[in-house]
Amino acid sequence: MATAEEVAKAAERRDIRDRWLLSAPALLVIFLAATGPLLIVLVYSFLTPGSYGDVKWQFSPEAWIAVFLERDIFDDTLSVAAAHVTIFLRSIKLSVVTTIATLVLGFPTAYFMATRSEKTRDLWLFLITIPFWTNLLIRTFAVLQIIRNEGIVNTILLKLGIISSPIQILYTDTAILIGMAYVYLPLMVLPIYASMEKLDFRLVEAGYDLYATRFKVLRKIIFPLVKPGVIAGSILVFIPALGAYVTPSVLGGGKNMMLSNLIELQFGQGRNWPLGSALSIAVMIIVMVALLAYVRNAGKSGVRHG
Amino acid sequence: MANRFSIKHQPGFTAIAATCFIVLYLPIVVLVIYAFNAATSTSEWGGFSLKWFQSAWQNTQVIDATLRSFQIGATAAVFSTIFATMAALATTRTASYPGLTFKYAAINQPLMVPEIVTGVALLIFFSRIKIFTGYSGLGYLIAAHTAFCIPFAYLPIRARLENMDLTLERAAADLYATPWRTFRRITLPLLWPGILAGLMLAFVISLDDVVITEFVKSGGQDTLPTYMLGQIRRGITPEINAISTVFLLLSVAIVTLFFFISRKHD
Repeated sequence: MATAEEVAKAAERRDIRDRWLLSAPALLVIFLAATGPLLIVLVYSFLTPGSYGDVKWQFSPEAWIAVFLERDIFDDTLSVAAAHVTIFLRSIKLSVVTTIATLVLGFPTAYFMATRSEKTRDLWLFLITIPFWTNLLIRTFAVLQIIRNEGIVNTILLKLGIISSPIQILYTDTAILIGMAYVYLPLMVLPIYASMEKLDFRLVEAGYDLYATRFKVLRKIIFPLVKPGVIAGSILVFIPALGAYVTPSVLGGGKNMMLSNLIELQFGQGRNWPLGSALSIAVMIIVMVALLAYVRNAGKSGVRHG
Repeated sequence: MANRFSIKHQPGFTAIAATCFIVLYLPIVVLVIYAFNAATSTSEWGGFSLKWFQSAWQNTQVIDATLRSFQIGATAAVFSTIFATMAALATTRTASYPGLTFKYAAINQPLMVPEIVTGVALLIFFSRIKIFTGYSGLGYLIAAHTAFCIPFAYLPIRARLENMDLTLERAAADLYATPWRTFRRITLPLLWPGILAGLMLAFVISLDDVVITEFVKSGGQDTLPTYMLGQIRRGITPEINAISTVFLLLSVAIVTLFFFISRKHD
């Protein structure tokens, strides 16, 4: 006869098995149409490009070499691939600046929202959620119409006599930056707001009682307490910004490429799928490093605030 | 201002917040206004007109792309919500068990990878399958959309489940309800707002996707966003403004519904 303990153990095993069966469809779909293909990209990055796209099944490290280096066609010497390095650096720079810009704008916005009365808070949250869920392409297109030479920004500046001819913003790095900061701002505000909402303002009061200035309270009390939200927001902005495709395609006008445009090029006209694959993996690596830094930081602040 | 002396006051923060809200909405408002512009050029105002809505309505490419977007969005939303509901039931209201962390990571994986990388990966994978099977229908787009919608559908469903305790289900079991009956009569009705929220989120996410669709689609499989991207790259006509306006209205309607469903049951 089975003891009570054995019966309980069997029930637990059955429960775990059922839970695996229940999650199987979701895991299977994600593996087939998201995670699994990433492994194929890794394999492709070590193959030889085919003449009309795709690959020849022949090992070659060339794609990885070509990520940062260029092989001279005549004497086979390697030199730094200036174009690729420029695009890597531009993508990282634009993503970092976008993250900082959204933080500088988003932090006070989240603070403003969190310090409203309970009732109006919902309304502000709703107002920030709407742009968050509206189509990114449409929002990028809206920015395009504002900043182009005949757009509202230039028209107003011309009418006011501040400038005599339109400023060329569109199809520059600045345009990409404005566009990315615009579309990713809600991604920064929402997690900071979530942390800020839980902020205990008695701590702020205690700070003032001890003669702290407003700035000191902000720096020493508020900021450390909402730091997890700030880090989460920064990650949520940095990752999509680094891989941004729509914004540089629409506002950069094809000349000011970012990493995603360079990758797309390899699968289109470039017909170098291994290089495109290697570049994709490189983007993934940068993202992974950022995520790891986030996990470590989040772990640390989690311990500190108990 | 009275709250100058409030402990919550920080100098300049309200001004920055106000600027942010204005800046967030101004471009969208301008875009909508220009959808009603009678002039062909998007740089001047030629009076009020609905002609761009009319021309979009008569554009078969636009209608085709819209229908395709809805077809993919609805199918992907239904599948991803069913799978996400099952996965949420399997990963909540339990003590930690081997593989639980793995499941969380696997379900959220599509959120961690930049869309461009997933797009490229699917382009490679599906192009192989296309050669192998000869099938080149909408199935690929639906599979891809289902996969990246699952983590979004999972979010509100899991949140809802975590706030539900097992008391009622235990009571049902004590009264000799079969597990299926308990699920259908107790769990499902309680979980329903979460499922609805997940369904709507998944639908919006699918409807908005540009990057992955752009890489996965075969010829003649444009969705509304990829069609619009193509048009914007070619140069702008106010017709795009008109399409955007309708699209925006739809998104706002869905988000509003979502907001009220998830707030009401908090």
